[in-house]
Amino acid sequence: MRSSLTAQLLIAVLGWGIALLMFFPIFWMVLTSFKTEGAAIATPPQLIFAPTLESYAEVQSRADYLSFAFNSIAVSVGGTVLALAFAIPGAYAMAFHPSTRTRGTLLWMLSTKMLPPVGVLVPIYLLFRGAGLLDTRIGLILIYGLMNLPIVVWMLFTFFKEMPNDILEAGRMDGAKAWGEVWYLLLPLTLPGVASTGLLSLILCWNEAFWSLNLTSSAAAPLTTFIASFSSPEGLFFAKLSAASTVAVAPILVFGWLSQRQLVRGLTFGAVK
Amino acid sequence: MTLRGHGALFWRVAAISVVVEFTKPKRQARKPGTLILVAPSVAVLLLWMIVPLVMTLWFSFQYYNLLNPAGAGFAGIDNYRFLITDPDFWASLGNTLILLGSVLAITVVFGTLLAVLYDQPFPGRNIARLLVVAPFFVMPTVSALIWKNLMMHPIYGVLGFLARSVGLEPVDWFAEYPMASVILILSWEWLPFALLILLTAVQSLDHEQREAARMDGAGPIAQFFHITLPHLGRAISVVVMIETIFLLTVFAEIFVTTSGGPGNATTNLAFLIYARALIQFDVGGASAGGVIAILLANIVAFFLVRTIARRLEV
Repeated sequence: MRSSLTAQLLIAVLGWGIALLMFFPIFWMVLTSFKTEGAAIATPPQLIFAPTLESYAEVQSRADYLSFAFNSIAVSVGGTVLALAFAIPGAYAMAFHPSTRTRGTLLWMLSTKMLPPVGVLVPIYLLFRGAGLLDTRIGLILIYGLMNLPIVVWMLFTFFKEMPNDILEAGRMDGAKAWGEVWYLLLPLTLPGVASTGLLSLILCWNEAFWSLNLTSSAAAPLTTFIASFSSPEGLFFAKLSAASTVAVAPILVFGWLSQRQLVRGLTFGAVK
Repeated sequence: MTLRGHGALFWRVAAISVVVEFTKPKRQARKPGTLILVAPSVAVLLLWMIVPLVMTLWFSFQYYNLLNPAGAGFAGIDNYRFLITDPDFWASLGNTLILLGSVLAITVVFGTLLAVLYDQPFPGRNIARLLVVAPFFVMPTVSALIWKNLMMHPIYGVLGFLARSVGLEPVDWFAEYPMASVILILSWEWLPFALLILLTAVQSLDHEQREAARMDGAGPIAQFFHITLPHLGRAISVVVMIETIFLLTVFAEIFVTTSGGPGNATTNLAFLIYARALIQFDVGGASAGGVIAILLANIVAFFLVRTIARRLEV
């Protein structure tokens, strides 16, 4: 196994080299966020500098920043809760009381995910305009809940399937009603699965940038839209852009790292385990 | 499955199952009305799908411009005729396919290679893996702006600095190579996704089988082509189809970086529809484009749903 020592070294160097290369833009964003605007556009770029929280302070002090952040939280949590509220009863019924229609229903739900959002942009925009839902948090929550419903049903279904039916039957013997069965037995026992489903939904809502860009402008605009406003020429402030982006990305990055494996399952509808 | 994560739960469930097994009732458990539990999800999804779909179809046969309400009326196939005689449409269709093909090729090829690489043990592998998959969790507008400003800006960007420091003229990426730049950003976002899926698949590979092949004298390359790659076939097809669904309608990255330009160099179908609908307010024309986007996506969806259906155990 002598020759494999070089091979191992090569693998380690490649593995780390590629990892650092892929991560570099994120690293650079975080680094830039601690610079002053002047240092951020200095040439040559500075690796060593006096770090400052100036950009963060400035981003936070903009009265509207907090409202964008609040919108992001509100629509992500709202959309996720909405999706879970509809999905939990459905997934429960399909997992524990499957009928001949269950398979078809699940696949049909999956197929609704295939409808490209841009294909229905016009009617949704007009419906929202008519209903006064443009640029409202409720509007986005509705869209996000519906958008993630198939994935949420699907993931919950696979988690519920893993739970032995006997336990629920025992509860039923004790006189638990269907909702009691779900609330007191099923959800506590499948909590890790339900939590990672919710997490995936949160991530997808938080990062969603088609509907938020098209349906919101200011009042209900989440961070995706706020960051996009930096693309205008007069918004060319590298340090502030970086600070705002870092705050917007950091929590989701941590969530994503924590739930990678469940994420694979959810995003591939259980086709890859 | 990660038993580790669910370890405590697993034992709790096991213990309860044993108890339940001994106290199992003889009579058939009652079935609650399950239809009423599934119905809400089905109903809202049905509404969410059918209503806009029918409206898109309806509008696509109407003269309907929000700026010119007087000209409304039945248009027959005029919107489609205008669309397919419009060079911008064909350019956008071409751009959509170039974008899709390039990003797919890059992410699948490199995703497969990286999956094999990150399956090998090396010091700090878990941390390296976290770093590689990170870009997938970055919101699209942030990815696009980070690349546009911090990386690819000809004067202040890191790439421009690197070019100058080796004596080259810095490149104004979005003016000179707009499509390649968008492809680069999208590949950076989606390579981690391909890697995540493919790595999961590689890890489920039977190591004894590979060991046996090695004993029989198969080199690493032969092992890759004869064992790993066939095993990954299914995962690769899932990656291709899911990425296709998203890449057919890339929007935020283009909206933030090039706005479809210069000219129509980076206008894809999604951006064209957006521009028709929300900039020119041509509801009819945009809807015709939307119908075509839906048709395109459905061709892919057909295969995806079939692949997943085969795996579904109900």
